[in-house]
Parts: sequence; structure tokens; C-alpha cells
Amino acid sequence: MIGLNHYLLLGTALFGIGLYGVFAKRNAIGLLMSIELMLNAVNINFVAINRFLQPGAATGQLFAIFVIVVAAAEVAVGLALIISIYRQRQSVDINDFNLMKW
Amino acid sequence: MNMSDLVFLIISAFTVASALVVVLSRNIIHSALALILTFLGVAMTFFDLDAGFLGLVQILVYAGAVSVLIIFAIMLVMKSDPKSTNPPVASRDTGFVGGLLAWLVVIGLGTAIGLSRWPSLPNAPEGYDAVADLATLLLGNYVVAFEAAAVLLLLAVVGAIILARGAEKS
Repeated sequence: MIGLNHYLLLGTALFGIGLYGVFAKRNAIGLLMSIELMLNAVNINFVAINRFLQPGAATGQLFAIFVIVVAAAEVAVGLALIISIYRQRQSVDINDFNLMKW
Repeated sequence: MNMSDLVFLIISAFTVASALVVVLSRNIIHSALALILTFLGVAMTFFDLDAGFLGLVQILVYAGAVSVLIIFAIMLVMKSDPKSTNPPVASRDTGFVGGLLAWLVVIGLGTAIGLSRWPSLPNAPEGYDAVADLATLLLGNYVVAFEAAAVLLLLAVVGAIILARGAEKS
């Protein structure tokens, strides 16, 4: 019988995959994609907990909507930053992004 | 095993498999396409969880808008051979630490989840309309957060335009 635990495990697996991607990728856009994976994992947890522990309300879904809003804003600004840096450095490799290091 | 369990297993296997393709593929185009599949898998999970509105928002915002944005950015910044556009980090240590950390998180959280016991609650009351409830919450108790989210989106769009266009030399 599939219950809350299984949905939380699915969210955990997605979060772990995203976490690995943040560490293991060199392309800045790949990093953004991994962050999106982690945000989606959090959304699954919100909705699953809402569905199983508070079936008569939609607060968890509401929080998931706010997460989606912030994620959309984040991806827009992040990609604009990457394009802007690419114009200067001709690269999207995060090892070339050392403008703020001395 | 009944039908809904089977549906959940298929959806979650599909979602996790496409998420793995996102982080393991060396071609960023393949990563982006697998990311769309992951978003659709998450949307299916939402439908499975009786959150139809959220599933539709997921398809519209993520599978529609965010993925197109990402693919456009890839096309703008890709100049080399696509086969090696999304390589793993150069130093083996960083990749190893990342993998180890991810496994630790998955195993730790998985154990905690496996040991948790949740109260079994009845289903939603008859005739419960989640979308109506969502609208009442959004324009009632959470209206300030709703307005703040609107301002945040506006700022993000303006900021993205300014950043991507580049500062003007005056």
C-alpha cells in the first residue's frame, strides 16, 4: 500500500540527485537544472504531506505554489547572470567564474 | 498490489530515471530534454496526489516556460561540440564528495522516513474543492505573501532584462 512514506522517499531521491548534480557539474546551466530538481523534490514533499496529513485543507499546495514562483524568478535571474558572464568570459564553466575571488 | 500502487511505482521510476539522466548526461541538450521529462513526472505525481491544479501549474510553468528559458540560454551560450557541454567536475574529489554527501542525505532521510509513523487520517470531506480552498487562502490569509510574490516576479523580470542586456556605458 503506497502511503506518505513512499512519496517522501521519492522526494528524497530527487533531492539527492539534485544535490549530487550541484557538486558534480561544471556547466553553470547544469547547476541551475540540479537546483530545479531539488526545488521540485521539496514541492513533492509539500503536496504529499498536505494530501496525507491535512486532507481537508490546501495549505501545502499553497506553499508549493510560492516555491514555484520563487523558482521561476530564480531561474530567470540565474540564466540572465550566466548569459551576462558568458559575454565577458566566453565560457559557462564555473571554474572560469572567479571574478569575486582574489 | 492494486492499480494506484502500480501507477505510483511507474511514475516515480520514470521521474527518478529522467532526473538521473539530467545529472549524468554529458550533453547539456540531453540534460535539458530529460529535465522536461522530470518536470512532467513531477506533474504526474501531483495529479496522483489529487493536486490537479498544481499539476497543471507545474506543466505550464516548469515544462512550458522554465524549460524553454533553459533551452534558449543553452542555445545562446553553446559554441563547442555538444557531446562534452555538460562534463563532470575536473577534480575527482569534488565529484566524490558530492556523491558521498548525496548518498548520506538519501540514506539518512530515507531511514528517518522509514522509521516515521504517521497518523492515518480520513480522506478529504465529501465535496471538498481544493482549488476553491486554494483561492480563498491565496486571497485571504496569505494575501500579503501573494502580493509580495507578484512584486518578486516583477523585480525578477526587470532584473533579468537588465542583467542579460548588459550595463550601458555612459
